[in-house]
Amino acid sequence: MKLELLDQTTIVFSSRSANEGFARAAAACFAARLDPTLDELADVKTAVSEAVTNAIVHAYPDRLGKVSMRLRLYAGGVMEVQIKDTGVGIPDVEKAREPLYTTGNEERSGMGFTIMESFMDSLKVRSAVGRGTTVTMRKRFSRRTGAAG
Amino acid sequence: MPVTVTEQGNSLTAALSGEIDHHGARTVMNELGELIAARLPRHLVLDLSGVTFMDSSGIAVLLRALREMDRLGGSLRVTAIPTQARRVLDAAGVGRLITLD
Repeated sequence: MKLELLDQTTIVFSSRSANEGFARAAAACFAARLDPTLDELADVKTAVSEAVTNAIVHAYPDRLGKVSMRLRLYAGGVMEVQIKDTGVGIPDVEKAREPLYTTGNEERSGMGFTIMESFMDSLKVRSAVGRGTTVTMRKRFSRRTGAAG
Repeated sequence: MPVTVTEQGNSLTAALSGEIDHHGARTVMNELGELIAARLPRHLVLDLSGVTFMDSSGIAVLLRALREMDRLGGSLRVTAIPTQARRVLDAAGVGRLITLD
């Protein structure tokens, strides 16, 4: 089914960990226009946090790079979040998505993709070694009375 | 990221607060590590009531505390878990490893 795009924005920031909170807040602000519940907003923030952290920790292990976050709002209360980096890429996406799998140190739990999957309705991961990774997630918000578009 | 500590008998309660993401996790992890090493508690209770946001980085913090308490032969309990943090812990199945109140 083709969704009608209502609005979109793209934010580009450097892969500094301080930008994790910024990305969460920006995504939540944009999502608020679809009048989601507080729990749904928290879900989006959590998924964004995981995807952006992956880009910051794994995509650019020894340098700062650019992380781009594209946010789209569709008719029917659907939000799409796309987090893109041009870092090292993931050699085996299927393996990376397995629970508890991590190439990070003990500060990582290996649960990032599992959480993105359970907090959003869909999750797509495309990656090419040496070229980068793109994570695309969608969530349909429950329709509340008076919710716009 | 402040960790507030109260001690009662052989039980130590550490109240975490603020946003526990990858950016903030290392500080909390280090503070907890130092706390455990200094006080050698028999029972450690982590009070999450002041945590306004937590992602999988928080899971790593809890698992590290669990490992350190295991090493001491002590116990770990996580209490006053806000809804958002609870959903993260549930999605990851952390309740199978750590006692969540």
